[in-house]
Amino acid sequence: MIGTMAQAAPYVGYVYPNETDIPWSVLIVIYPYITGLVAGAFIVSSLYHVFGMERFRTVARFALLTAVSFMFFVPVPLLFHLGKPQRAFNAVLTPHWTSAMSAFSYVAGFYICLLLLEIWFAFRADIVSLSKTKGGLLGRAYRILTLGSDDVSGNALAIDHKFAFALAVIGIPAAGGLHGYVGFLFGSLKSREWWSSDLMPIIFLLSAVVSGIGLLVVLYVAYSKFRKAALDDACLQGLAKTMWAFLTVVLLIEGLELLEMFYKQLEGIEMVQRLIEGPIRYGMFLQWGLSLMVLATLSYLILTHARGRILATGMFAAGIGMMLGVLAMRWNVVIGGQELSKTMKGLLIYYPEILGHEGLLAVLFIFLCPFIVLWLVTRFLPPWEPEAGKEVSS
Amino acid sequence: MESDTSEAKKAEPGSALRRNFLRAIGAGVACAGVWMNDPLRAATPAEEAAPPDIPGYDWRKHKWAFGVDATRCIGCLRCVEACKAENGVTQDAHHFRTWVERYVYLEGDEHARVDSQSDPGNIAASGSQQAFRFDNRYASAPVEKAFFVPKLCNHCTHPACVQVCPTGATYQTPDGVVLIDHSYCIGCQYCVQACPYGAREFNHAMGVTDKCTWCYHRITKGLQPACVEVCPVEARVFGDRNDPDSPISRFIRNNRVSVLKPQTGNAPNVFYAGIDKEVS
Repeated sequence: MIGTMAQAAPYVGYVYPNETDIPWSVLIVIYPYITGLVAGAFIVSSLYHVFGMERFRTVARFALLTAVSFMFFVPVPLLFHLGKPQRAFNAVLTPHWTSAMSAFSYVAGFYICLLLLEIWFAFRADIVSLSKTKGGLLGRAYRILTLGSDDVSGNALAIDHKFAFALAVIGIPAAGGLHGYVGFLFGSLKSREWWSSDLMPIIFLLSAVVSGIGLLVVLYVAYSKFRKAALDDACLQGLAKTMWAFLTVVLLIEGLELLEMFYKQLEGIEMVQRLIEGPIRYGMFLQWGLSLMVLATLSYLILTHARGRILATGMFAAGIGMMLGVLAMRWNVVIGGQELSKTMKGLLIYYPEILGHEGLLAVLFIFLCPFIVLWLVTRFLPPWEPEAGKEVSS
Repeated sequence: MESDTSEAKKAEPGSALRRNFLRAIGAGVACAGVWMNDPLRAATPAEEAAPPDIPGYDWRKHKWAFGVDATRCIGCLRCVEACKAENGVTQDAHHFRTWVERYVYLEGDEHARVDSQSDPGNIAASGSQQAFRFDNRYASAPVEKAFFVPKLCNHCTHPACVQVCPTGATYQTPDGVVLIDHSYCIGCQYCVQACPYGAREFNHAMGVTDKCTWCYHRITKGLQPACVEVCPVEARVFGDRNDPDSPISRFIRNNRVSVLKPQTGNAPNVFYAGIDKEVS
């Protein structure tokens, strides 16, 4: 309910009186989560577009549409959370540059433009062809989208490819920047023991890539089932290896960070331990349990050169597992950081509300929106190439 | 000589190109320098900002600071109630511009037992979230050492809250006070997160962040902050550090003072006397 405090957080030990009103709700859990999915999906498309990994050709264009569909909804949880959403543009018009947050609109805006441009170049030939075959309102939309250029000669397509390549090259640091920035937003706050870490941007970035690949795998397998198209085993094996590599590194860094924290035994470490054993125990169990299970599954799929049904089922499960595992990680960071009192003498417990503009239902609604938009976008711009339906041996 | 050089450069197109290129790089570096410098500038008050329209008050002539003598505080909480009344702070046990902490060591305790007026036991004792008192839970306990510590915004010299505000709605005045423009705040609560002292609170009715202003509307008229005014034991001290005879200058001079969480680099301007290591 706007204008009233949701619920005072219960606590143990001593917390500052103002801390019982938890500032950042579950909406701020979903914000870095969605941003991460965007970055991960984009990286997969770049592996094909920039690094020329042919095996990712099948999902490269779909990955771009996934990235943009989710990117549209990155600002939504933030707007839902603001006390004065009608003033959101104050941060755009008069950005206070010492604040990491003031860069959000610029970073996000730049990235959306870049994604839209890259999609246009990647789909231009299709748009031109659709503008000539479709009639009515839809045909008109395609004609407008050609932006007056219906040249699909070899020369013109080569130029398209050149632009798409350049944009993809710029897109990699942009995607990295977009999510590294989110990590900085948390890691740069010296007030919170659980956030204040130089490794936060790196951890956020790598886990983002893992969750984004997970999302892409889940969507690719589900779409192929829906379309009754065969899955591309080589592509799935490639995704398995990419996910495995990123997951290994992120688990190592996260593990090392915890190890250092407990080895150093700085003042307040008892409370950090109680946080992990207390308010975020289920979250930590999910984050680590699922990550290790996914790592084991991926290792099995890679080592046995799995194909066909086993590969598809294993990857689908790994994708779901990784999406949930990273969601748990976002919860553990965003909520966990606030549950550990700034006094380092107490712990708070955050209970999300169900209804209300910061409630679980609102979050569920916001998170479903990109899937609906993606479905509509893939209807409008089918990303699947004809040969993608055929099984390709690895 | 100079004209010779320039003549020589004119004759050589490659050199002109190089010169322009270097000039562009120089300009870029200069711009980057200005941009990089900005965080430092933003952490200091904007001297050039238009002063507020307050008759007889010049914000360049004062340097306000606050003192807390924890050895004097009796935990009566008149300061908390006065602050809420004076500043229209949300009337519940979860939003405060100032609060008081109670530290109690029982015999054999290694660490203090800490609570504040918003502890459920204390709220039950007062019977209301509008009036505050500490309960008598230690009446028959073997207390070894006990003291009260009033807390409030530290109006830091390098305020982390001002650094993270995305719009500049919260700012530092030249007289050393950290304020919020409620008509410009977007209510993101990044500043609430950034304050290491838990001094900021969110006003849900207004949709904006709120905090102690040292009663700026009073001090600029020559009055004391409400909490200082009502304190019956002079545990709270306020004044102008530019005046060597002000209460705060004397307090800092005559006591061995410390600040809270100095490791944050925020450089607080609330000075404490009589606190021990457990206080943070």
